[in-house]
Amino acid sequence: MIWDNNFAVSIFPILLQGLWVTVQITLLGTLLAAVLGLVFAVLRRLAIPVLSQVVSFLVVFVRGTPLLVQAYVAFFVLPAYGVSFNALTTGIVVIGVNYSAYMAEVYRSGIQGVPKGQWEAATALSLPGVRTWGRIILPQAIRTVVPMLGNYLIQMFKDSAVLSAITVVELMATAQAIGSSSFRYIEPLTLAALLFLAVSYPASRLVNRLERRYAPQH
Amino acid sequence: MDAVIQYAPLLWQGLLTTILVTVMGGALCLVVAFTAGLARLSRHRILRWPAGIFIEVFRGTSLLVQMFWLFFALPFFGIQLHPLTAAVLALGLNEGAYAAEVVRGAIASRAKGQTEACIALGMDPALRLRRIIIPQSIPAMLPPFGNVMVDLLKNTSLVSLVTVADLTFSAQMIRSTTGQTTAIFITILVMYFALSYLLTLLTSWLERRFALDRKALTLQRKENALMKVGAA
Amino acid sequence: MRPSTEPQAVVTGAPVTTEPIIRFQNVSKNWGTNQVLKNLNFEVAPGEKVSIIGPSGSGKTTILRILMTLETPSEGKVIVGGDTLWDVALGQKVRETKQLRETRRKIGMVFQQFNLFPHMTALENIIEAPIHVLGMNKAEARERAAELLNLVGLGKHMNHTPPQMSGGQQQRVAIARALAMRPKVLLFDEPTSALDPELIGEVLSVIRNLAHTTDMTMLMVTHEMRFAEEISDRVVMFDNGAAVESGPPAQIFKDPQQERTRNFLRAVLQH
Ligand SMILES: Nc1ncnc2c1ncn2[C@@H]1O[C@H](COP(=O)(O)OP(=O)(O)OP(=O)(O)O)[C@@H](O)[C@H]1O
Ligand SMILES: [Mg+2]
Repeated sequence: MIWDNNFAVSIFPILLQGLWVTVQITLLGTLLAAVLGLVFAVLRRLAIPVLSQVVSFLVVFVRGTPLLVQAYVAFFVLPAYGVSFNALTTGIVVIGVNYSAYMAEVYRSGIQGVPKGQWEAATALSLPGVRTWGRIILPQAIRTVVPMLGNYLIQMFKDSAVLSAITVVELMATAQAIGSSSFRYIEPLTLAALLFLAVSYPASRLVNRLERRYAPQH
Repeated sequence: MDAVIQYAPLLWQGLLTTILVTVMGGALCLVVAFTAGLARLSRHRILRWPAGIFIEVFRGTSLLVQMFWLFFALPFFGIQLHPLTAAVLALGLNEGAYAAEVVRGAIASRAKGQTEACIALGMDPALRLRRIIIPQSIPAMLPPFGNVMVDLLKNTSLVSLVTVADLTFSAQMIRSTTGQTTAIFITILVMYFALSYLLTLLTSWLERRFALDRKALTLQRKENALMKVGAA
Repeated sequence: MRPSTEPQAVVTGAPVTTEPIIRFQNVSKNWGTNQVLKNLNFEVAPGEKVSIIGPSGSGKTTILRILMTLETPSEGKVIVGGDTLWDVALGQKVRETKQLRETRRKIGMVFQQFNLFPHMTALENIIEAPIHVLGMNKAEARERAAELLNLVGLGKHMNHTPPQMSGGQQQRVAIARALAMRPKVLLFDEPTSALDPELIGEVLSVIRNLAHTTDMTMLMVTHEMRFAEEISDRVVMFDNGAAVESGPPAQIFKDPQQERTRNFLRAVLQH
């Protein structure tokens, strides 16, 4: 018998715990990415000498390098300089920073999509900069960005498996641990795959629907 | 920095492996993308459904899970893949599933009029795809294909987790023997970044090369040159 | 080789009384509950130049699209050159039968939106189907394409791609492309209505030339009434999925018998 049903049932609760950790990583990571990404996008747009260029380069650099290596850097390099958290926190920060680089790009196109007339109207009303950004530009920019954020959330959900390499005990690490201790890999890995699918497939359907709803009207 | 210099040959080997995995994974990815993407558009359910299931499963689960499954679970079915094979297979199938959606999207968004013009000229479906629809869709596919390839390159780092001695694997080895963590990781980050950048350059070169009106522009330039010669 | 439809002098005028080349028998077409063609009976004689006029949504395009096999009729039978193209009674569901392919080759179509292949030059657009569908050799196809481009006044543009050409030029290439397949029947669906006014003339003059110099059967949906009057042997007025009135242009335009034709002509000729 290749597939052992009893074994599969017995490990299912442990895998669900792993899934829960994965979900937490995803939610917190997305939150971090959404906020950081917005900050990066605005900083780039403000064209502050040096700072804006540095941010631009960082965004491109993060997008051009592997998440796994970034995770290793956070896990092995940073503690040498006195920065250290537990594995889970490190994982969330790494994946959040990684995705913020992508989100910054999404915000950028959202901000660019706001018609020039909106800026001009704000100037004509002598609105201060903070008010212009906060009440006029960003609300319009973010509206078009919502479905993309959804896509990245789902992507992050699947990518977070990489964090198992720095000892974060999420779904993938749980499955692997079960495999190596029981020498049965089929059940935990298949179940892990199915759990990923069970969450991400309906979620992406939902985002597709949102996408159609929020699609720009022009 | 001495660790980096001392272990340069090892890093070089790792770099070559990373490039090898990227090239092989990329080739498989393209094959998978066109096969699954076109099958997804077929009139026949026998082709459409399996392609749809393949695409959703491989996009819906983690690449790492897929790679581990091929590496650890497949042997229980009596199939023992070489780590490199398992790694390339997982990368190609996973990124191929994403790229299949690119193919499907680019072809489906072709103007309906093009297909109708083909029918009016008596072209059968295979000829239509081969001569008209696919060539026209290439320019639209290139930018997202470029993104998929950069993704694939970055994801090759995961092959180190199934014991393939790529750049990341070499770095880990050097780190554990020398303890010079910072230098070694900065080095490979820069190397990955350089590779990503090269891929981006390649993509934009291809984009220019395949731009729809480029051919006509060159032809016209030749024509103009001839006319100048004639006038002189 | 299929029979030639090379340009040759042919007296146009009274329809020839032979077996019709196109015959619609009790053809209906439904989109859901919307019946677009209602039990249509309609015939075209070989070599006849027929213009179809009528208000928007009356089903004019649908007739051409059924002939070009871009649309399936819901009811009835369509015969082209003696061969059955559609026969719903026979339960013809399969779109790509051999018979359908063979019959379809007798027909060519010029679209409202041109539908040129944007990644190919004018010349490549024209030689594509002759080479890959008819199996013509490349040299012969190119030679003939060059002739056709000259015929439509674009001999100098063979290496231009569609984006580099004006709408009028694109439509003339599209006509040459259709002619390259030597169709017996050429369909035109409002060939000038996507064009800027100043470009309409050049396309109409190409079509006029074809009408006067070939024995090809031409079926044209158009809103250019003066043009229809000038080149047609017969004008058919459509309304509501049925042919309301049919006759020589002089009669339809000068002395329409039906109220609906009169109303339609009054409305379109006002401006
Ligand atoms: N694909 C389709 N789905 C649903 N209804 C359609 C479709 N194509 C055409 N119709 C309907 O069929 C009717 C006739 O369309 P058709 O295009 O034949 O009209 P037409 O006489 O060519 O009009 P026009 O002068 O505007 O081109 C219209 O009411 C149209 O809404
Ligand atoms: Mg129409």
